[in-house]
Amino acid sequence: MSAIDELFAKLRAAGRKALMPFLTAGDPDLEFTAAVLKELVARGASMCEVGIPYSDPIADGPVIQASYTRALDKGVKLRDILTMLGETAPQLSAPVVTMVSYAIVYRHGVEKYCDEAAAAGLAGLIVPDLPVDESPALAAVCAARNLSLIQLITPTTPRERALKICETSTGFVYYVSVAGITGERTALPPELIDNVGWLREQTKLPICIGFGISQPEHVKLLSPVADGLIVGSAIVRRMAADAPREQKLTDVGEYVASLLAALD
Amino acid sequence: MSINIPGAAATSSGASAAPASAQVPDAHGRFGQFGGRYVPETLVYALDQLESEYGKAQADAQFQAELDELLKNFVGRPSPLYHAKRLSEQVGGAQIWFKREDLNHTGAHKINNTLGQALLTLRMGKTRVIAETGAGQHGVATATACAHFGLPCVVYMGEEDIRRQSPNVFAMKLLGAEVRPVTSGSRTLRDAINEAMRDWMATVADTHYILGSVVGPHPFPRIVRDFQSVIGREAIEQCTERLGRLPETVVACVGGGSNAAGMFYPFVEHGDVELVGVEAGGRGNQPGDHASPLTYGSPGVLHGSFSYVMQDEDGQTSPVHSMSAGLDYPGVGPEHSYWKDTGRVAYTSCEDGGAMKAFDACAAAEGIMPALESSHAVAKAMELAKGRKRDEVILVCLSGRGDKDASEIARLKGVKFG
Repeated sequence: MSAIDELFAKLRAAGRKALMPFLTAGDPDLEFTAAVLKELVARGASMCEVGIPYSDPIADGPVIQASYTRALDKGVKLRDILTMLGETAPQLSAPVVTMVSYAIVYRHGVEKYCDEAAAAGLAGLIVPDLPVDESPALAAVCAARNLSLIQLITPTTPRERALKICETSTGFVYYVSVAGITGERTALPPELIDNVGWLREQTKLPICIGFGISQPEHVKLLSPVADGLIVGSAIVRRMAADAPREQKLTDVGEYVASLLAALD
Repeated sequence: MSINIPGAAATSSGASAAPASAQVPDAHGRFGQFGGRYVPETLVYALDQLESEYGKAQADAQFQAELDELLKNFVGRPSPLYHAKRLSEQVGGAQIWFKREDLNHTGAHKINNTLGQALLTLRMGKTRVIAETGAGQHGVATATACAHFGLPCVVYMGEEDIRRQSPNVFAMKLLGAEVRPVTSGSRTLRDAINEAMRDWMATVADTHYILGSVVGPHPFPRIVRDFQSVIGREAIEQCTERLGRLPETVVACVGGGSNAAGMFYPFVEHGDVELVGVEAGGRGNQPGDHASPLTYGSPGVLHGSFSYVMQDEDGQTSPVHSMSAGLDYPGVGPEHSYWKDTGRVAYTSCEDGGAMKAFDACAAAEGIMPALESSHAVAKAMELAKGRKRDEVILVCLSGRGDKDASEIARLKGVKFG
């Protein structure tokens, strides 16, 4: 069992749901990223998703794109991110996964990346540009290291294909709420609940919903049908605010607390 | 399960590779180890739909007849095969011939692909088109195809390219397209592709993305190559008729690589024809000064495809430079990577200055202003022709005309213009 499997076994036994905040590594620096990770978990985040900045993030909206650009402009390197995570993750009571482009994983070396992620105490990977058809090689490498390889299902995924994705995804399956890029949205598609409901009947894997989620109302609406919810741009935007670090840390912490209050 | 990581055994020389086959890509969109589909799950449905529709269209004689009719009467194909006699004489050596894609409607080879993909758009029942453009030639060709079929069209174009290719920006607007400036990253072709992909993520249900080069996720590299292969097929026919044989050498410029792929593909199985692809050498061979991934890059993932790319040690795409907007791209189509590693095509690069000299020579000797992109191929052809026998033939894909570049050339030469 990976750390994520253990987390969901525990949450399910307690009848609880997960909240997974996303943050960009190195925006504005890795010291702050580590501080935010600790704050998020102290506030009750069940797991954390760390975005590895990438130069060409096709699936990301303006907020996360801009955070990646800022981090890369400051010269953040994969080696330093993994070092920071290796120091921070073992201190956290919540699993940490990286959201990372296959361009980066491939360049670093698929086995090397997974070795280093496992050594850093990470629980898994989300590779947003590696659809299920291209993922068997990475999945095998992850499995051998007890890392979860979390795959995505979207509103455009045909149902037969969704079943195939559920068979190969490990840890949980990431249900993308909207056909589109990441970013806060006020309204979520009306068919979302039915689609997740259908998926719920097809798989025992935990289902976490992400993309667009930013308000306690979203959390209230979706937590009954999901095992967990993922919040990204709303956090990245707060981390990038023009304010002192202590202030931003408190803002992000309070924001996550407001979502957690709506969760259970 | 066997672990097969693409590129795990990548070699940068083709010495030990099997010969290039024309029977590529395979069902997974692989040209050897290159290609594939590295995209967000949201786009997979649209790519499957495109692949399936393209398969049906290929088997449909009416589709081909409709495209042929458009290529003949709307585009003006076949494009002429032209012997550049004065240029050849000045160089002193082999004969230089041009495949005149610059004479196509809209002034470049790009229209061959956009008409084909516009027909596919209609077949899929989609009602909106998006595209990216670098030099603006693909943008103009897409806007033209969309105007012809009455499809609304949005073209993403980097701010830097909007500056250096302003005549094409105006043309796109005249043709009814909306040009959306892209301000992220390097504000060039690479960022325009990112932005078009993001638009498509949210609009796949009713929108087709007419990608303009042999890059991107499967099936784009194949579809664009197939639509552009009319260039090479005509060239073979014309050479056979006019010369009684094939040329010794065929030269084309390579950015993403669509004109080169269209020109080379029909020649791949004619093993005695030497194929030469010319990348943008920019200001020189230092990182950031050129746009030559096949010459200086390494295998990696960009824009949904596994191919040679300019990247740093972390897999971040590196900045590139070319004076020519259409070649100013850090990646290249996966089939070119395949041809490089199999040794079927020789790739080389030509610097900005060399391309500019070739432009001047061609304009003065032939009365033909090639696009700055195509000038890179002309430069290499002139270099190769020198010292070769006078009965040898070097065929250049003159992929576009240089009118669009007039103001940028004036700026580069320090001439006040307009």
